[in-house]
Amino acid sequence: MDNSLTIYLLHLADTTLILSQKNSEWCGHGPILEQDIAITNISLDLLGQARNFYQYAAALKNDGSTEDSLAYLRTEREFKNLLLVEQQNGDWGQTILRQYFFSQYQLLLFQQLQQHSDEQLAAIATKAIKETTYHVRWSSEWVIRLGDGTDESHNRMLHAIDELWRYCGELFEAADYETAMGIDLTSIKQTWTEKVTAVFDEAKLPVPQNVFMQSGGKKGVHTEQLGYILTELQYLQRTYPGAKW
Amino acid sequence: MNNEQLHIDTSASEQKIWSILSTVVDPEVPVLTVLDLGIVREVQINGSEVEVIITPTYTGCPAMDMIAMNIRLALAEQGYKTVKVTSVLSPAWTTDWMTEAGKEKLKQYGIAPPNPKQQVCNDKLFAANEAVQCPHCNSYHTHRISEFGSTACKALYQCDECKEPFDYFKCH
Repeated sequence: MDNSLTIYLLHLADTTLILSQKNSEWCGHGPILEQDIAITNISLDLLGQARNFYQYAAALKNDGSTEDSLAYLRTEREFKNLLLVEQQNGDWGQTILRQYFFSQYQLLLFQQLQQHSDEQLAAIATKAIKETTYHVRWSSEWVIRLGDGTDESHNRMLHAIDELWRYCGELFEAADYETAMGIDLTSIKQTWTEKVTAVFDEAKLPVPQNVFMQSGGKKGVHTEQLGYILTELQYLQRTYPGAKW
Repeated sequence: MNNEQLHIDTSASEQKIWSILSTVVDPEVPVLTVLDLGIVREVQINGSEVEVIITPTYTGCPAMDMIAMNIRLALAEQGYKTVKVTSVLSPAWTTDWMTEAGKEKLKQYGIAPPNPKQQVCNDKLFAANEAVQCPHCNSYHTHRISEFGSTACKALYQCDECKEPFDYFKCH
């Protein structure tokens, strides 16, 4: 039976792995070369974070699990990632908006985790903060450019908000293992809302009110998207179990 | 370096390990050794086992696995059969740990070394680009083409004086 720390690590690892996987789908398809490289580098940063979390979880489980077995052999109901990160890429506006919502949350979370009593968790968060700061900067600049851009880009951003906003509530709904770990999501929600409102104001975008929020990801209950993602991600290991490069 | 060692012959063994490590180079930027990068934190000798404690640079740096392997190989070639390479995350690696010699080697190789003041952690939106000196002609009239260069740790710049493009090792 895994303890709260282990489950929490898997939640953090699954979330960054799935977002990394989604972002990597832009490889070769980015709107311009520099942005193709930017989104794939962000993918790489997220993958590095996922590896750190998986490696720590595997060490704690101490049952033969490795970072690879945790990433490639678990099923949808075992994955604890946020619903937000499994949503479709959509157009560039939707991708950068998903990144902005997530990274703004992740930066605040990691700043809190830096003070956590578990040293390794604090160390992983401290290491990741530098890269996450860049992710927030990059994505919020894009939200502003596209929101306060042309009629076309503005409308696409409105559509993106419509698609993604309903998954933002889950970020701040504490799962049992988060409460057990002493994570304070209430203060993060407040700061997140302030920051997002400020960026949306500058982007001339409306902050939605009174939207019903979806949840379940943190408990393993996912949208249909995750099935497709895992099919691709896990295909090789499942077809050739134990395969190594 | 472990300052608690009292035995002269043990610290001579440690010195030998450090000098072997100084031959292990970064696979992407082969003019830099792992010591220039400041990623070897500590060397510990426990009987016949050697433990090398390293720190990753960027979280997702794909070269780290190869560097760990090259450390093992370099030591094995010199007869050290039982080698453990441990990765420690804290305190977090920063470009401040790069040696001055390392920075000079980067410049000679054509890569602009990281500026002394950390810029990448700046969270100000639409901020002005940091001033980077051209490693070829030393002019500061340069502009950034892309936040990312050939690797995650580097950005792509071009010099407006000599027109040469060059990579800049970002502050981290």
